[in-house]
Amino acid sequence: MVKPAKGTTTLAFIFKEGVMVAADSRASMGGYISSQSVKKIIEINPYMLGTMAGGAADCQFWHRNLGTKCRLHELANKRRISVTGASKLLANILYSYRGMGLSVGTMIAGWDETGPGLYYVDNEGGRLKGMRFSVGSGSPYAYGVLDNGYRYDMSVEEAAELARRAIYHATFRDGASGGVASVYYVGPNGWKKLSGDDVGELHYRYYPVMPSTVEQEMVEVTGA
Amino acid sequence: MECVFGLVGNDFAIVAADTSAVHSILVHKSNEDKIMILDSHKLIAASGESGDRVQFTEYVQKNVALYQFRNGIPLTTAAAANFTRGELATALRKASIFVAVAIYNKALPCPGLYKGGITSLPVYCITHRTRDAALLISNPYFVNILLAGYDKETGPSLFYIDYIATLHKVDKGAFGYGSYFSLAMMDRHYKSGMTVEEAIDLVDKCIMEIRSRLVVAPPNFVIKIVDKDGAREYAWRESVKDAAVPSA
Repeated sequence: MVKPAKGTTTLAFIFKEGVMVAADSRASMGGYISSQSVKKIIEINPYMLGTMAGGAADCQFWHRNLGTKCRLHELANKRRISVTGASKLLANILYSYRGMGLSVGTMIAGWDETGPGLYYVDNEGGRLKGMRFSVGSGSPYAYGVLDNGYRYDMSVEEAAELARRAIYHATFRDGASGGVASVYYVGPNGWKKLSGDDVGELHYRYYPVMPSTVEQEMVEVTGA
Repeated sequence: MECVFGLVGNDFAIVAADTSAVHSILVHKSNEDKIMILDSHKLIAASGESGDRVQFTEYVQKNVALYQFRNGIPLTTAAAANFTRGELATALRKASIFVAVAIYNKALPCPGLYKGGITSLPVYCITHRTRDAALLISNPYFVNILLAGYDKETGPSLFYIDYIATLHKVDKGAFGYGSYFSLAMMDRHYKSGMTVEEAIDLVDKCIMEIRSRLVVAPPNFVIKIVDKDGAREYAWRESVKDAAVPSA
């Protein structure tokens, strides 16, 4: 049986200039859309971002907790924590709670001394290092667009457009994803929010309504 | 499903594992290295739940290193295998008490979600005059392990350790759906004292068989070898190239 996935679409990928992180903003409870404006990209510290998929409370709490631990590391060691270290901290915490019902599918994206870093961490304690990930119920749709359009040497604008497009296509097909597609960029100087577009508006931007000739027209039936 | 298999040759042991990290129908990564180098002359190929696999093998690795620091000599392969099995066996049955007032107040979700066996018993706490329900839950590691190593005195060896703490010293072993194909291939073509070339040929035969017959066959494999010169990566067999991970 396919496990029900966390109702969202988030994605992140590393490219030449840094890391691009994007997410939708819909929160759903079964068939009810409880919010269209959820912040799913969480700012852990000025150079590290976390994405939210699964339980909102779990993700928010544990990301805030991770931010605290990262700051303590900075104070104790007089240097910033690496993305590897931060993701391992989170993975160990989640592993110790495994089986207790936490629902967290997150990506930790950041820029440290070794350059851009991206890790996928989930509530089972799994941790994967990679170049691109997508998490959530809309992730298969996003992966298709992302894998096809990805090149390592993209510019920031091209990468942002790819991320936006992948989120849009996922929200188009997945009912549990929608709202606003936010795109963040993590570079050597930290993260920066690039855009937040409503996916409904994106639809008409990508597929504008063209005036076309009518194929068949209904006419009045002459009385008989 | 994860495929891990290995065999013992003339003066070496070889293990191969698939390299896909999968969550339900999604392949998150197809170049995940599941064979950890335990120490200079030992390899641990693990398959199982994502969190357990990494956490448990790292735990074994650190304890093996600790033994070497404390005692000045490394563990033998057999000793490391027995240690690993012991930890799995302990985690399997040693129940820890998970006290929860909330369970008594019916605030926590259904106990069916918890792994392992559960018994609950009401505990009367005298000091606080409350009645709390205590859950005894075991926390088994769902990891299957093939431990390959080379010792100066005894030569190469391979140990089969499964998630319920079975331990066997074997010449060839396999885990996962791929084992249905690789075990028969190895039974047919294996002979004791194979050279590296013959062993790699057999491993490739198994990989080809898995790729052609298993319905959700993993596309990429990694092969690692351990002999008198140490444990090292031998080759990758890739039919799908994943985006390269920048080296740490």
